Amino acid sequence: MTPDLTTKPAARTVLRGGEGGGQPLRRALLRWESALVLVLVAVIVFGSVHSSTFLDGTNFFYIGLNMGEIAIMALPLTLIVMTGEMDLSVASMLGLSGAVMGSLFHDGWSVWAAMAAALVVGAAGGALNGLLVAKMGLPSIAVTIGTLTLFRGLAEVVLAPRTVTGFPISLTKIGVVPVQGTQIAWSALIFLVLAVVFGVVLHATPLGRSITAIGLQPEAARFSGIRVDRITFGLYVVSGVFCAFAGILFTLKNSSVSYDAGTGLELNVVAIVLLGGVSVFGGRGTVAGVVLAVAIVGCLQQALTQMGVKPEVQNIVTGGLLLISVVVPNGGAAVRRMRDRLRRAG
Amino acid sequence: MTAQATAPALPTERFARGAALLRARELGIAIAVLLVFAATTISNHAFANAHSIQQLLTGASLIALLGVGETMVVVTRNVDLSVGSVVGLSAYVVGDVFKHHSGFPVLLGYVLGIAIGAAVGAVNGAITTVTRVPSLVVTLAMLYVVRGVDGVVVDGRTIDPGAIPKSYTEVGYRTFLGVPWLALIVAVVVAAAGYAMRSFRASRDLYAIGSNPEAAALAGIPAGRRVFSAFVISGALAGLAGSLFLALHAQVDVTGGNGYELTVVSAVVVGGVAIFGGSGTVLGAALGALLLNTINQALVAAKISSFWNEAVAGGLLLAAIAFDRWLGLRVARSLQSVQGAHRDA
Repeated sequence: MTPDLTTKPAARTVLRGGEGGGQPLRRALLRWESALVLVLVAVIVFGSVHSSTFLDGTNFFYIGLNMGEIAIMALPLTLIVMTGEMDLSVASMLGLSGAVMGSLFHDGWSVWAAMAAALVVGAAGGALNGLLVAKMGLPSIAVTIGTLTLFRGLAEVVLAPRTVTGFPISLTKIGVVPVQGTQIAWSALIFLVLAVVFGVVLHATPLGRSITAIGLQPEAARFSGIRVDRITFGLYVVSGVFCAFAGILFTLKNSSVSYDAGTGLELNVVAIVLLGGVSVFGGRGTVAGVVLAVAIVGCLQQALTQMGVKPEVQNIVTGGLLLISVVVPNGGAAVRRMRDRLRRAG
Repeated sequence: MTAQATAPALPTERFARGAALLRARELGIAIAVLLVFAATTISNHAFANAHSIQQLLTGASLIALLGVGETMVVVTRNVDLSVGSVVGLSAYVVGDVFKHHSGFPVLLGYVLGIAIGAAVGAVNGAITTVTRVPSLVVTLAMLYVVRGVDGVVVDGRTIDPGAIPKSYTEVGYRTFLGVPWLALIVAVVVAAAGYAMRSFRASRDLYAIGSNPEAAALAGIPAGRRVFSAFVISGALAGLAGSLFLALHAQVDVTGGNGYELTVVSAVVVGGVAIFGGSGTVLGAALGALLLNTINQALVAAKISSFWNEAVAGGLLLAAIAFDRWLGLRVARSLQSVQGAHRDA
C-alpha cells in the first residue's frame, strides 16, 4: 500500500516533467501565429512563382503603402477587441479626419495646424464612442455603427462636395517615395514602430494584463480593482486619435481628400484583426498575430493584383481567408461535438 | 390573507404594463414618423402629396424587408452582415437570366432570387451553428465572399432596363389604390412574419435563445436548428429583396446593394430590436426603416443640404440606442420592485 502512495505521485511528476519538456515546442507549433507564419510563407512563395518581380523592393514599398493606414487602425482596434468590444467607426473617423484637415487647409490654415485639428477631432470622436460604450454601457457594435454613419455624415457636412488638393509636396511625397535608403513606405515604418509599442503595452505592462482581464471576465476584472470603464473609455480615445492620424497619412498619400475617403475600410480592418487571431469575445490575441495578418493580406493582395485579378475577386480570397481563420480553430471542437451527439443518438 | 391574494396579481399587472411599454415602442416610432412627416409638410407642402408619400414607402420597402430577416437573426443574439451582398448578387443573377433567356417566366425570377439568398443563408447558418464561430465574423467573411462572387459574375457589365420584361419591372412602379405594389408586398411579409414571431413556437424559441442561451438549451430548445432556420430566412428575404431591387431600379451593376447591411442593422436597432438578442419585433424594424427613410427625404424636402443625411441618421441611431437602454433600465427597475413587493408580502 505504502509504495503505491509514494510511487504514483512520483510517476505523475515524471510524466508531467516529460510532457513539460516537449510541450513548449508543441504548443509553439500549435499557436495561431505559427500557422500565420506558414500562410505568409506560402503566400510569398505563391507570389514569387507567379511573378518574377514579386520579391523586388518596389513591390515591398507598394505593399507597405497599400496597407499602412489599415494596419495603423488595426492596432488600437486589437486592444478594443481584446476587451471584448468592437469599433466599426474607424474608417469613418479616417474620413472625418481627412475632411477636417482638408477643409481647414482649404480655408488657409497651415497644414500643421490643420493636422493637429484633425487629431483633436479624432480624440473627440473617440471620446464620444467611449462615453456611450464605457460610461453609458451601450452595446459597442450598435454604438459604433451609429458613429460610423455620424462621422461619415459629418465629413460630408464639413467637406462635400469639394475635393481639396495642393498639400505641400514635402509631405505628400510619402505617397511616392520610401523612407530614405530603404524600400519601406513611411506609413509602414510608422506602423511597425507603433506595433512594437502596442505589443509591449499589451503583453508586458499591467495595463495590457488589465485589458486581457477585462476581455476574459469583465465582472471579475471590475471586482479585482481594474478600472474597466476608464480603460475602455481610454482605448476608444486612443482608437479615435490613431484613426485620425491614419486619415492624415491617407490624405497626404493621395495628396487629395474628399469626404468619402476610405469608405468601407472598417471591414478590412476588422478582418485583419480577426485573421490575426484576436478572439472577437475578447481576452485572447497577440499584436504579433495582427502584424502577420497585415503582412499576409498585403502580400496576397499584391500577388493577386500582379496576376491581374480584379479587386472584387480578391474579396473572395479575403473573405475565404477570414472564414478559414475562424473555422479551422473551432473545427476540432465541432467534430467532437458531432461525434458525441451521434454516440448519444446511437 | 388579502395581501397574499393580491400579491400574485401584481406581477402580471406589472408585466402587462411592461408589455404595454414595449408595444408603445412601435407606437413611438410610428409617432416619430408622423411628427417628422408633419414638420416637413409645414415647411414644404409638396411633401404631403401622393407621389411623395409613394416615394417614402417605396424607398423604405427594401430595407424594411431586409429588416424582417435581420430581426429574426438578431433576436437570437446573432447578426447577418451578408445581406447587402446577397441583394447585389441575386439582383444581378436574376437580371442576367432575363437578359439571356427572353422567355424566362417572371415569377421564376423571384424564386431564383429567393433560392440564391437561401443558399447563402444556409452557408451562414451552417458555419455559425456547427463551428459556433461568432456570426459577426462568419457573415462579415461571407459579405466579402458573396461580393467577390458578384464581381466575378458581373465582370464589369450592367443589366439595362431593356433586358428585363415589362411585366417584371412593373412590380417596381405599379400601385394599387395609390399604394405601391412594392410596399404592399413588404407589408404582407411583415404581417406574416409578425404573426409568426408572436404565435409560433419555433419563433418564440428564437427569443428564448436570444435572452438566455443556457436556459434555452436546458429547456430542450434545439438552438442550432432554430438559429440555422433564422439565417436561411434572412438570406431568402435578402434574395427576394434583390429580385425586387432589380424590379425597382430596372438596372443593376456590381455596386447593387452596397452598404445595405449597415443601413439594415441601423433600421433594426432604431426599430427597438435589442442588438444583444431576446427582444424586438419585425414591425418595429420595418417602422425603423420607414423612419430612417422619412428623415432622409424630409431633409431633402426641407431644403436642408443632403450632406446632412448621414450625420442625422447616425445621430438618430445613437439616440435610439440610448433610449432603448433607458427603457431597459426602467423595465428592469419595475421588475425589481415587483420582486420586492412579492417578498414583502
